[in-house]
Amino acid sequence: MQLERFSYDNTISRMFAIATITWGAVGMLLGVIAAFQLAFPVLNFSEYFPHLAFGRLRPVHTNAVIFAFVGNGIFTAVYYALPRLLKAPMWSRRLGLIHFWGWQSIIVLAALTLLMGFTTGKEYAELEWPIDILITLIWVVFGINMMGTILKRRERHLYVAIWFFLASWVTVAMLHIVNSFEMPVSLMKSYSWYAGVQDALVQWWYGHNAVAFFLTTPYLGLMYYFLPKAAGRPIYSYRLSIVHFWSLIFIYIWAGPHHLLYTALPDWAQSLGTVFSIMLILPSWGGMLNGLFTLRGAWDRVREDPVLKFFVVAVTCYGMATFEGPMMSLKNVNAISHYSDWTIAHVHIGALGWNGFLTFGMMYWLFPKMFNTPLYSRKLAGTHFWIGTLGIILYAIPMYWSAFRSYFMMKAFTPEGQLEYQFMDVVQTVMPFYVMRALGGTIYLVGVVLMIYNLWKTAKAGNFLKEEFVEVPATIAETSGPKDKFWHRVIERKPVMLLVLSLIVVGIGGLVEMVPTFLVKSNIPTIESVKPYTPLELHGRDIYLRDGCYNCHSQMIRPFRHEVVRYGEYSKAGEFVYDHPFQWGSKRTGPDLARIGGKYPDSWHFHHMYDPTSMAPGSIMPSYPYLFDSKIPVNTTASKIHAMRKMGVPYPDGYESQANEDLKVQAEQIAASLKNDKIEIAADREIIALIAYLQRLGTDIRATDIGAKEGSVQ
Amino acid sequence: MKFSNYLEQIGGVSIYPIISLIVFVAFFAGVLIWIYNIDKKEIEHMENLPLND
Repeated sequence: MQLERFSYDNTISRMFAIATITWGAVGMLLGVIAAFQLAFPVLNFSEYFPHLAFGRLRPVHTNAVIFAFVGNGIFTAVYYALPRLLKAPMWSRRLGLIHFWGWQSIIVLAALTLLMGFTTGKEYAELEWPIDILITLIWVVFGINMMGTILKRRERHLYVAIWFFLASWVTVAMLHIVNSFEMPVSLMKSYSWYAGVQDALVQWWYGHNAVAFFLTTPYLGLMYYFLPKAAGRPIYSYRLSIVHFWSLIFIYIWAGPHHLLYTALPDWAQSLGTVFSIMLILPSWGGMLNGLFTLRGAWDRVREDPVLKFFVVAVTCYGMATFEGPMMSLKNVNAISHYSDWTIAHVHIGALGWNGFLTFGMMYWLFPKMFNTPLYSRKLAGTHFWIGTLGIILYAIPMYWSAFRSYFMMKAFTPEGQLEYQFMDVVQTVMPFYVMRALGGTIYLVGVVLMIYNLWKTAKAGNFLKEEFVEVPATIAETSGPKDKFWHRVIERKPVMLLVLSLIVVGIGGLVEMVPTFLVKSNIPTIESVKPYTPLELHGRDIYLRDGCYNCHSQMIRPFRHEVVRYGEYSKAGEFVYDHPFQWGSKRTGPDLARIGGKYPDSWHFHHMYDPTSMAPGSIMPSYPYLFDSKIPVNTTASKIHAMRKMGVPYPDGYESQANEDLKVQAEQIAASLKNDKIEIAADREIIALIAYLQRLGTDIRATDIGAKEGSVQ
Repeated sequence: MKFSNYLEQIGGVSIYPIISLIVFVAFFAGVLIWIYNIDKKEIEHMENLPLND
């Protein structure tokens, strides 16, 4: 048999590996800073650097960890594993370089624009439309390079890791495109195409599956390659891995609505999310056990080998998080966990444990291989392992504790039927847990610093293998059974078929959820008294988005006694029909704002934004002094109204030319009301617009109008 | 609003749950039958792919 000689190019994997570690450290550092900001609000320094306040920093942290750290981790694994599994070099080195530099520029652009306040206001999809387009282009480059390699392969079979990579690629492409439909207003401003309930459904279909197909399935591909490598034995059951793959991608896509339990999303969609989430336990645990059983008979090596230690804890965290997730999707459990620190603990078991530890294990395995030298210090890697594990525990336990404590305080009533605790009492009681969490995160980060040192020393000591030469039998046509051309073609089409099949499988779930919600009118009952925002309120809403208020405040009152008593009448689907994008939020570090309108006088908001503790002693909210200096950008009013009307918001024709007049009148009214409370401020300041927006929230319907129409509180 | 409300408006809706059940069962049964039938040698070859590079 004729042998072909070629080489695997390690340079691009190395570039991605370095980027993974670098962005990982940056993303985690930002997380630690954000955690300290919550514990000690003075660290927001918002008087001096409005760009670094929690509301803007937190999206940079989440985006950095998901798309920069884990994203580059995925690419490191693909560029290393794919050629070796297919016995062929990556299809195009040039595309690889474009992919690398394109992705890194997206990350830099993302960090800068988010800190500058350019955001769509949709969690984990905050980037504005030009960056969204860039992401799509670079993702396509990645896909072409991957498919090109697969089609040029010398190995007939596609190993299961490649299936996970392919399905992740096609699903992420679908999610990103569907969720990023937005109407541009200017170069760096757009509004989500969808509104209210529909926007929420699309966003959490995206958000949940970003977890599924960005943080989970590609990392399962990584596990299926690197775990057998490190253990020196094949995966426990290859058959199980096939079941794992198909059932996981089939079921995962349906589970998104579990992020919207007890909200104004139609009941049937909520139930669908719950049912599929429970079903997810089976494939997830099948995968976890497949990983752990691979080490059967090799557990003695786990004691010695830091790589295996990291992998074992990573896979265990995968198992814990994928059991916890379905439990949180039960409505009765979700009543406790939603909007609370429980969610934060849950995602960090996944991010720190599963993604983090799997990445670290991969790096400790990869660097000695690529630099052709033993790891600089196994002992230091062992220390990293223990520090990291301790960090995860110290992070998670205070968050769980805080979640339950908050829940029981929030729902406590006195015998007279009054709420026993104010929101501020709850905030104060969880402060010690926030401090502990910040310390846990810091400890974890220290471990990462140790790793960087260890890998740096390893790289220094060794010689980088730019290319690894191998000799393998020439083509798949020769290795495959039947030699006629027909079979060759069928085989070559297989990966494309796999791609198409995966897309169909993941497409069904999305369609079943979305089509009825979009087409069946009665799913979103319209409420006559709900009117579009005034131009001033629209500007105020954009300030609310810009400063990331949604990171701490929800706008969705669930139908619970304690929430209705605390915040007001529970939220209705019809109230959000003009909300491009929706702002329901996912975490209540501060109170819900769905019915904040009219609760306090204008002057209260004025003082509160300048110094939150002046109105709410003990508040941990940053202050926003710059809102009192900066002016409302009235030159953008017309284009904002225009964009909104194009998406179906019923502003009258030609309203663009009149909008600023109306804006002025409303602004003068608020300035006058402030003057009555002895506050002098020009009517053209941003704070006026924000007050207008906040005072509007939830006022379209009055509690008295609704009870009869919509049924009673559950 | 309960989902049954919308379902009632669809003609022949009683067939829907049966169809979805069949799709589900068929999908998973198909996967199981498929993996059961894969040749043992082929499985061995595939599971050793990461180790033979």
